[in-house]
Amino acid sequence: MTCISRQRFMKTIAFEIHDMTVAYHRRPVLWDIDFTVPEGKLVGIVGPNGAGKTTLIKAALGLVPLASGKVEIYGKPYVDQRHLVGYVPQRESVDWDFPVTVRDVVLMGTYGRLGWFRRPGRAEREIADRSLEQVDIAALAHRQIRQLSGGQQQRVFLARALAQEAQLYFLDEPFAGVDAATESAIVELLQTLRSGGKTVLVVHHDLQTVREYFDYLVLLNMRLVACGPVESTFTKENLHKTYGGRLTLLDEAAEAMRKQEPLL
Amino acid sequence: MSGLSLSEKVMIGTSLLGGMSGVVGSFAVLRRRALVGDMLSHAALPGVCLAFLVLGNRDLLGLSLGALATGLLAIATVTVIVRWTRTKEDAAIGIVLSTFFGVGVVLLSVIQKPGVSGNKAGLNSYLFGEPANMLTGDLYLLAIVAAVTLLTVALLYKEFQLVSFDADFAQTQGWPTLRLDLAMMAALAVVTIVGLPIVGVILMAAMIILPAATARFWTNRLPVMLLLAGALGVAAGLIGTKLGRDLPAGATIVLTAAAMFVFSLLFAPQRGVVARILAEWNLRQRISREHLLRSLYELGETQLPQVAVLPVEQLQAYRYWKPRSLEKLLQWAVGKDLIKLVDAHAQLTPLGLRRAADLTKVHRLWEMYLMQHADIAADHVDRDADETEHLLPETVLVELEQHLADEGRLPRSLPEVPESPHELEAPRET
Repeated sequence: MTCISRQRFMKTIAFEIHDMTVAYHRRPVLWDIDFTVPEGKLVGIVGPNGAGKTTLIKAALGLVPLASGKVEIYGKPYVDQRHLVGYVPQRESVDWDFPVTVRDVVLMGTYGRLGWFRRPGRAEREIADRSLEQVDIAALAHRQIRQLSGGQQQRVFLARALAQEAQLYFLDEPFAGVDAATESAIVELLQTLRSGGKTVLVVHHDLQTVREYFDYLVLLNMRLVACGPVESTFTKENLHKTYGGRLTLLDEAAEAMRKQEPLL
Repeated sequence: MSGLSLSEKVMIGTSLLGGMSGVVGSFAVLRRRALVGDMLSHAALPGVCLAFLVLGNRDLLGLSLGALATGLLAIATVTVIVRWTRTKEDAAIGIVLSTFFGVGVVLLSVIQKPGVSGNKAGLNSYLFGEPANMLTGDLYLLAIVAAVTLLTVALLYKEFQLVSFDADFAQTQGWPTLRLDLAMMAALAVVTIVGLPIVGVILMAAMIILPAATARFWTNRLPVMLLLAGALGVAAGLIGTKLGRDLPAGATIVLTAAAMFVFSLLFAPQRGVVARILAEWNLRQRISREHLLRSLYELGETQLPQVAVLPVEQLQAYRYWKPRSLEKLLQWAVGKDLIKLVDAHAQLTPLGLRRAADLTKVHRLWEMYLMQHADIAADHVDRDADETEHLLPETVLVELEQHLADEGRLPRSLPEVPESPHELEAPRET
């Protein structure tokens, strides 16, 4: 299904996917995905387990080859627009026993701009320190990353993405396994980014917080179910199409919608 | 360099090898690719034999190229097996490693037959290593390889660090991760292969893994780890060669590196076994001491401000202490002037009362924190085991106290400080 965006005439398109199909191990996981995201939105990518949410992000970032279709960032292919993109991968994707400090990891965000052979200098260290302050862990800058809690590790990854100084951010399950304080701090930060004109796409699976966190929604289950502003997209009908017969989840969602507020 | 004696040449050669193995091995160990070195070296044997059969002499460069060829073929084979079958990587490495090695041993025995011509002396050193067979030309080759690999690591340090830690992230930034990965693998392969005649195909993997794994015990910083692994490799080469005068030097070098590893495993600060056991023991000790003081406070709490005199039996029943450990604890407290112990009755001294009251307060705040206010600053609670001295950092304690005072559950109190005994200078107007 396609998602024809009326916003096209109103706003710059930050992110656009055309007819994208992705196959893993010769088995398609995403079919004919087609949607656009206007600039300055905080976007939830929502769907059941195995819906291809992470794959969607990885394909957009060129980490997974496309079987067909194309991805555009501010109207150009990703390879020409890398400098506009920041990425927060899933926390478990790296070895946290690796011998680097918190600040070393955040500095990695500046490597893309530095290019070959050049080492981070004072300007880069200032960017890193500022990013650490934004996520409120400046005091931990010289810690080895293994000594951090899950929430703190997530903040480190977020700070690294901030150090990329991007326009468009992709976050893969940033709320998985973090404490409530970190979750609300991250949400607040993402909203600040949006107010600054950045576009943020977040893989998310907690239906109860969708309305509270996001203003734009991509509903996914191997194919695109719906996309658009949360008010018009987060409907019972769309959720039913996304989650199929999984009644418990549906009940939760119905409950959340009936109250028109998160259950928390 | 031809003016050098054989033993000097051997020393230089083995320390060069040790140094570069340590540096290159660090990346392999961190990326969990340590077994690749093992596979490369075992799979190099058939290549060495084939190169000898073709060349008819044991020119190091020629044999090394042969070794490299079969070593890379082995890596490719493993990649294909893992990619296209359901065999897992560890099994695939085991299969390929032993198959190639088997072919190598067969070829070696063919070469030993009288019908095959050429100077076979020294070819056996590829099995177990024999530094004393080193020629001046071999030393040049080692020096060139060491210079090139170390220079590569120095130039591409930032890129190697990034790809080793988070290859996906590196790729989104546009780094050619596959080629950087191949560069690291190539450095590993070249170092492994020039090391073969010195420590042998069977022991070479140890040279790659041991200095790096040892260095990891002593530091949490990658640059320090690289330098340290290099230094440990050099040391293992030098010491091992000295010890190896009358013994197979390849083995003594590896055993020296292994001794360093075992020492670090036991005695390194933080990561070492002894340090961990000590930390554990200290923690338990501290917990039981705190329990003692807190029990004394809680049992006598109703009688305050009178300080209660408590029978030891009551204390024992309160916390189910074993008689012996309670006895030791009480002796400790007496020694520290925290309690008085008369006729199996314990009483807190003024110093003890103060400590006990502080501990109890912190403990109760901690409990309240866990039960109701864990959202205040959960993220600022220090997870570092060594820092549990105070269950909560002071900043969180203060925050919590204020919070409880706001709810009216704790008297809002200023720190109790007596008036200054002397005249204070009036604050100056600025």
